[in-house]
Amino acid sequence: MEAYLDNSATTRCSELVRDVVVRTMMEDYGNPSSKHRKGLDAEHYLRDARETIARTMKVNEKEIFFTSGGTESDNWALIGAAMANRRTGMHLITTAVEHAAVLMPMQYLKEQGFSVTYLPVDGRGRISLSDLEAAIREDTILVSMMYVNNEVGTVEPVEEAARLIKKKNPRTLFHVDAIQAYGKFAIYPKRAGIDMLSVSGHKIHGPKGIGFLYINEKVKIHPLILGGGQQKGMRSGTDNVPGAAGLAAAAKDAYEHLEQNVEYLKKLRGRMLDGLRALNEQLEDGQQSQEEKAGNVRLKNRAEEGERAGERQPEKKAGETVLSDGKLQTKERAGRSGQQGMQAVVINSGEDEYSAPHIVSAAFPGIRSEVLLHALEDRGICVSAGSACSSNKKLPVSTVLKELHLRPELQESTLRFSFSCLTTEEEIDYCLETLGELLPVLRRYIRR
Amino acid sequence: MFKCFLIKYGEIGIKGKNRHLFEDALVRQICHALRKVDGKFHVYKEQGRIYIDCETLYDYDEVVESLSKVFGIVGICPVMKTEDKGLEELGTEVIDFLENVYDIKDQTFKVLTRRARKSYPVESMEVNAYLGHRILEAFPDMKVDVHDPEILLHVEIREKIFIYSKIIPGPGGMPVGTNGKATLLLSGGIDSPVAGYMISKRGVEIDAVYFHAPPYTSERAKEKVVDLARIVSAYSGPINLHVVNFTDIQLYIYDKCPHDELTIIMRRYMMKIAEHFARQSKSMALITGESLGQVASQTIQSLAATNEVCTMPVFRPLIGFDKQEIIDVSERIGTYETSILPFEDCCTIFVAKHPVTKPNLNAIKRSEQKLNEKIDELVRTAIETTEIIRVE
Repeated sequence: MEAYLDNSATTRCSELVRDVVVRTMMEDYGNPSSKHRKGLDAEHYLRDARETIARTMKVNEKEIFFTSGGTESDNWALIGAAMANRRTGMHLITTAVEHAAVLMPMQYLKEQGFSVTYLPVDGRGRISLSDLEAAIREDTILVSMMYVNNEVGTVEPVEEAARLIKKKNPRTLFHVDAIQAYGKFAIYPKRAGIDMLSVSGHKIHGPKGIGFLYINEKVKIHPLILGGGQQKGMRSGTDNVPGAAGLAAAAKDAYEHLEQNVEYLKKLRGRMLDGLRALNEQLEDGQQSQEEKAGNVRLKNRAEEGERAGERQPEKKAGETVLSDGKLQTKERAGRSGQQGMQAVVINSGEDEYSAPHIVSAAFPGIRSEVLLHALEDRGICVSAGSACSSNKKLPVSTVLKELHLRPELQESTLRFSFSCLTTEEEIDYCLETLGELLPVLRRYIRR
Repeated sequence: MFKCFLIKYGEIGIKGKNRHLFEDALVRQICHALRKVDGKFHVYKEQGRIYIDCETLYDYDEVVESLSKVFGIVGICPVMKTEDKGLEELGTEVIDFLENVYDIKDQTFKVLTRRARKSYPVESMEVNAYLGHRILEAFPDMKVDVHDPEILLHVEIREKIFIYSKIIPGPGGMPVGTNGKATLLLSGGIDSPVAGYMISKRGVEIDAVYFHAPPYTSERAKEKVVDLARIVSAYSGPINLHVVNFTDIQLYIYDKCPHDELTIIMRRYMMKIAEHFARQSKSMALITGESLGQVASQTIQSLAATNEVCTMPVFRPLIGFDKQEIIDVSERIGTYETSILPFEDCCTIFVAKHPVTKPNLNAIKRSEQKLNEKIDELVRTAIETTEIIRVE
């Protein structure tokens, strides 16, 4: 059996999407810039795609610009807007847990003379609005924030942030990286006060190599890619008709079934979380009885743990509910869990309104994430350590997990399970069952 | 303009009665190297020389690049070959040659003529003088220097006349296949590919053994080792890479033996398994990338302890190298970039914080007693399930 639980890395293309991509490659393959009939046909695909996408967010189709994907959308939004508004101010704000597609352009802009404020996050990865309020200055031209964190699935307070930004400094632009959120949340940028929004096609069963940037018509922004003047001169390069048409088909499908899909994803998430919790109980009991037999004296570090969990506690009420289901568990268990003080499973993500429905992040203390990943892979289960995008780096420990102040042994043992509406309950069960077989074996050989 | 290459070889020339064996091997290796290059080439021996005639259009850089990986070649000389149409015409050809090969003509030079065809009507010294005269006439800024010329212009009079002045250095060494076969313990690191390269350079064919430990090491780590073997095989010729699944042996040792001895005991089993495959493939020695004192398992005591399990000679060509010296070679032969890709190999996953550096052989053997119950079976399974990948 196979289980693909890495849908935050990429998704399988839907058949609908495949059909329209093939049609625009094999039959209606014209270049919209051409003057002849074939060109015109292609242009219709492009126009329809733009309209379809605009409708999912209730914006004007003139505000949708196709790009090569999420990374280009983020780069363009940040660099294009910062450069166009530099006379107004040179201050930018973002969060400490952004994707590299935001952090790297920010670093580039810093080298160009801009100053950047990075907002810290709480134990779940959420920023605090009071931090944001304090950070906005007279010369702040842009705030960039992700909607859903790609590694732990936390939802940022985007709408509250938008209101706050507009209240404090109406000239400040607000960019949202919605790459993990589009297709899972109803997002209305105009109503919410979002000026720019990045989306990627392949995260919602569309093709790779296509994405879009929503740019509110009032936003002043420079193009990054110059050339033949396509897309009103804002993003040159031969129009990617198959990509755009495929993305539109995927977007339409996602938003037509939004509610059902989200319900289904939540069900999957619940199943996964319940399974992980059960697994934890089961493994801990085993460990405990072994220890008792051996007559080991358990170290108690309850007080210490309590303190640490306290530190992580966010000010927000909503955060606390999740804490009780994620972090507080650490506190309760640490006392019981014996000599090594090691729980079998620690869940990093939550299950409330501030958690994306399709992401579960969990740590398996003592087992390096790469090892468990390969062991699962061997059984046909695809998951991700941290996020797939950061997996090529020398030290695989993710900066996001570090920002969450997870203990090092949790950072290096975290896996991400991510679902889509193509994921089945059988896949989840198979994954849990396999974890149940692998964990006791792998836990025996923890590096001493 | 170069339709021919003259290949210079060094050590082979002094091999007495076996010389032809070495020359034939070199011709074979050159043919093998040129098989992957576009164009048709004719490689042949003639009067103690090896020539490559280019019979179709070819890419000069591509040919030189692949020849510079053939062990046994000391120098590669691009040669202009012309018909004998008399001395005067030869002078014009020589001027043509210089015109084409050198952008600026202000060097010191010397003409060195050899008459392999003694029937040529003019003596070598006279040819030298005549050609020198013609060159000075054509390029007034050039000067003759018979002791230390910047350009040494060779003119060889045979059936045809060969003109050449450049010698592109080759890798040296001896043609692969003239010195038997050895089995390399290949990890994903910097050292072992260099060790394989160095032994292969002495004319040795290579097979390799890699130990992987899924799920502790990844599929990508294995691919990396295949890539490394492929780079080495550009020099050594085809390599049979044996991929041994070492996980169970490793975990069993981890369970039973003192943790600080893990690496030594593990390496002893690696050597045993490698020796098994070496025998099977008719290798006569093992090769490792060990360098004295580099890590705990490479102290003189540790090497003695690992060496003790083998009966075959173990070649350790890097034994006296510093790390930087090894890195220099790996950069030159093109393995460095691949070697430093960050994948964990099976030697490092369970390594103790303080492994023994001066293992006591008796203590190690006592620890190994604890493995008696299952180890033979595990080794047998590892050998039976080994995957062999032919890399070329």
